[in-house]
Formats: sequence, C-alpha cells, structure tokens
Amino acid sequence: MSKARQSTIRASLVHLALVAYTLVALFPVFLTLVNSFKSKQAIFSQPLRLPTPSTFSLVGYETVMKQGDFLTYFQNSTIVTVVSIFLVLLFGAMAAFALAEYRFRGNTLMGLYLAIGIMIPIRLGTVALLQGMVAAGLVNTLTALILVYTAQGLPLAVFILSEFMRTVSDDLKNAGRIDGLSEYAIFFRLVLPLVRPAMATVAVFTMIPIWNDLWFPLILAPSESTKTVTLGAQLFIGQFVINWNAVLSALSLAIFPVLILYVIFSRQLIRGITSGAVK
Amino acid sequence: MTDLASEQGTEAAQRRPRRWHILVFLAPAVIVYTAVMILPLAETLRQSFFNVVDGRSVFVGFSNFATLFGDPRWSADFWNALRNNFIFFLIHMAVQNPIGIALAALLSLPGLRFAAFYRTAFFLPTLLSFVIVGFIWKLILSPIWGVAPWMLDLVGLKAMFGPWLGKSGSALIVVSLVSVWQFIGIPMMLIYAALLNIPEEVIEAAEIDGITGWGQFFKIKLPLVLPAIGIISILTFVGNFNAFDLVYTMQGALAGPDKATDILGTFLYRTFFGFQLQLGDPSMGATIATIMFLIILTGVCIYLFGIQRRIRRYQF
Repeated sequence: MSKARQSTIRASLVHLALVAYTLVALFPVFLTLVNSFKSKQAIFSQPLRLPTPSTFSLVGYETVMKQGDFLTYFQNSTIVTVVSIFLVLLFGAMAAFALAEYRFRGNTLMGLYLAIGIMIPIRLGTVALLQGMVAAGLVNTLTALILVYTAQGLPLAVFILSEFMRTVSDDLKNAGRIDGLSEYAIFFRLVLPLVRPAMATVAVFTMIPIWNDLWFPLILAPSESTKTVTLGAQLFIGQFVINWNAVLSALSLAIFPVLILYVIFSRQLIRGITSGAVK
Repeated sequence: MTDLASEQGTEAAQRRPRRWHILVFLAPAVIVYTAVMILPLAETLRQSFFNVVDGRSVFVGFSNFATLFGDPRWSADFWNALRNNFIFFLIHMAVQNPIGIALAALLSLPGLRFAAFYRTAFFLPTLLSFVIVGFIWKLILSPIWGVAPWMLDLVGLKAMFGPWLGKSGSALIVVSLVSVWQFIGIPMMLIYAALLNIPEEVIEAAEIDGITGWGQFFKIKLPLVLPAIGIISILTFVGNFNAFDLVYTMQGALAGPDKATDILGTFLYRTFFGFQLQLGDPSMGATIATIMFLIILTGVCIYLFGIQRRIRRYQF
C-alpha cells in the first residue's frame, strides 16, 4: 500500500519535471505562433493571450507576402536541400558499398580519409572555398551551395551507411552474382533497398543543418535570386525590425516546414538513433 | 581472421586485376569531397603562411600568427574571442550536457507515459534555424515587449530583470544559455538511445541486489553510458569552436555590446569577409581559420587518444 503510494508520488514528480522542461522548450515557439495572428496593439498589450476575434489579424502575413520574395526563397531552399540530400545519399551509398563490400589496397586508409570530415567542419576552409567558387564562376549560384552541402554531408553518410552495409548478408549478394548480376545491379537492386531505413536516418541528419545554414548562403550566394529562406528571413527581420507583425509572421512561416518534416521523419530518426546508427 | 580475409582479398585481386566498379563506386564521393572540402581546407591552411605585399602573394612564414598574437590591433580581439569561446564551451558543458542527461534518464524510465510527446517537445528547438531561435529570444528578453519582466514578476523576481543582452557582463552568458536551450536535444537523444540499449538483465540483476532509484542510475546506468557522454562532449566542443550563427543573429556581426559576445566564428567572419568600414583580409582570415582548425584538431585528438581509449566499454 505505502509502496504503491510512494511510486505514484515518484511518477508524478517525474512528470512534473518533464512538463516543466516541456514548457521551457515550447514556450518561445508558442509565443511566436500565437502572436503572429494578432494585431499590433494586442501583441504588446497582452503577449500571452490567445488571439480572440477582436485581436485576430493576418496583417503580418500580408506584409510578408507582399514585401519579401519568400516564395523564391522557399524554392531556393527546397532545391538546395533536396538535390544535396539526393547527391549525399547516392554518392555516399556508392562509396559506402565499395568500402564495406570489397577488399582492396588502401580500403582502411580511404575510410579514414573520408571520416576526417565528420570532425573537422567544412567552414574552416571558407577562405579558399570562396576563392575557388569565384574562379569557377559559381558565386551566387545554387550549384555552389549544393556542392558545399554535398561535401559536408558525405563523411557522416559514408560512415553510417557502410556500418549498415556490412550487415547485409553475403549469401544474398553471392546468389545474385551466381545469377549473373553485375556488381552495379547487386548494389542498386539488392543492397540499396535493404539499407533504406539507414538512408532515411542519414537524410534527416543531413537535412537539418542544410536547411538552417546561414554561413554559406551569406558568403557564397547572397544575391536576391539565390537567397535561401534562412538568409531571407534574417535580412527581412533586419529591415522590418519595428514591424513586429511582419517579423513574427516571417518567423512562423519559417518554423512550419521544419515542423512538417520532423513529423514525417521523427519515427525514422528515433529508430535510426536507437538502432545504433550514430554509435 | 583478418589475415585470412586479406589473403583472400589479394587472391581475388590477382584473379581479377582490374575491378573498375570499385573505382566507379568510390569516384563521385571522393572527387566531390576532395575538391570541395579537403583541398580548400589545405589551401586555407597554406594561405595562413602568405600575405599580400605590393599586390603579390608572398611567403611570410609565421608572421601572420605573430601579428595575430602580438600586434595590439589584432591580439586584443583575438584573445577576447578565444576567451569568450572557452566560456561559451564551459557553459555548454556545465548546463547543456547535465540537463540533457537528466532528461534522458527521466525519459528512459520504464513504463513512462507520453514519452514520445516529451521527446518531440525537447527536440523541437534543435530543429529550428538560428535565425528563428535568435530572434524569438531577443524578443522575449527585450524590455520593450516585456514578456521576460512579466514572467519574473510571477515568481517575485522582477527587480532582477535587466537588459541582459545589452550589458557586456551578462550578454555572453545569455547567448550561451540560448544556445544551450537550442541544442539540448542532441545530448538528450544520444544518451536516451544509449540508456535504451542497456539490456534488461543488467537492470534486473541490479534490482535483485537491491540497487534501485538514484543508486541504480549513478552506479549502474551512468558508467554504462560513459562512451555516449564522451561523444556528446566532443560534439559540443567541435560545435562550439565552430559556432557563428547564433551570435550573428542575436548580436550582429560586431558581436556586441563592445565585442562581449565575440567568438572565433564571428571574428573570422569579420576579418575574412569584412564588415562595414573594415575591409576583408583573406590572409588573416586564413590565419584565424588555421588556429580554429588546430584547436578543434587538438580537442579531437585528446578525445580519440586520451579519453575514448580509457573509457571502459562493456559488451552485452
């Protein structure tokens, strides 16, 4: 009896702590979303109230739609993110397959070489990277960003995917070889479908830093036609610092895509982490 | 075992001397990675030994480093940025990782309800971009909006409120704590995964021996997740000494007030890219990047050779 009561008390203390931190984690996001739907007066006089019919207003969103080229920015971010992830997954899986499947001289060395980039950030090479992009005429193009993000994502992708590819059964691949499949067919038709869960994990890990990056868009592609959402929102906020409606709406618009992607991928992410993808 | 395997490997290589498909599989990744990552990095390191004299690039040995460490125009900013960066890192280690571990420990309690909901909530800030995080917190802490003073008033601490981001004494601490708020999801997730991987039998054995609750956490679980704690420490280190975005979005490229929040990333940006009246200086930029590279490399080496090998690992 007393033991049961004790465990109830313990459980409620645990929930109390977790709810407290949930409030800390969600409060700023909640505050932004709620106030983006209010009139300017209401934002200041009652920042913590939910919008009521009298204080509800979409004026901020209207300003954002009229002023900023947010549609272009969204398009740029989407192109850069999707193409980079595709290239990271394709090139990363191919290299991981070569490292996991074949024994050749320099295999371990190649693995170590590709792993350097997991720990050393690509940002440190920015000085020469900008010079190289200028020389290649790639400044202010989305190609420059795609190349950088592909290179940035490859090391971790190769590392995680090669771990997974080692677990694919040899019997299956040898059966394929006996049936006369080429090495390419074995990779694309037999192995790739089997490591799909690992690919999803890699996609999530690759996607978040690319979508949110500010450094490379700022340095390599700051022109109006190549701005990403992150950079666009930053500059927009700088211009409209006094227009709180517009700023809060711009922030809310920038939160939504990430939220949607997270909802889609979260189960995969958790499974990927708990199954040891990043051990 | 490995000998045998490598013998088989060489045998196979002799039978089929040219296995072009290996090259085809490796080439795209290696080419992009080398051309866009390794070569620029190497070139940046090389440029730190060169400077422009009379419009030509000349080898100057270590004189860029001497300027950075000794010339009063540079050294004050550099040492300031380095010190701030260490404070930034220490605050992360002292606040972010313990809270992350505590949250993970609570989440991994068996039979906890709403665990998925809590996990999502804790991880959400990590997904947001720096622009969003920086600006939301700037608004909340702003004396104009009054959300922060109002909340302090609720707990009777209104007198404590001040324009923290504008004061050089508190700005760095506040920015660090915002960064902690944003990234707490990463240690939380990794430790959570490590805790879930502890086998049932180990926990059951502990319970039979009468070790439960706090004692179980500190005596059984914590030692078992030490390797994961090592990983989050080195990830924090690399991330912190490469940080730039949050300071830039909250305090601008000048990292105000009076460079109180300047860290190596913002210092590198201003030096290399130029800001307002200051012209960009690629040579000094490369020098700062080289220092950052050496700091991160030192940290990674200490982790790989000093810490990771000493941590006892348990095979389940």
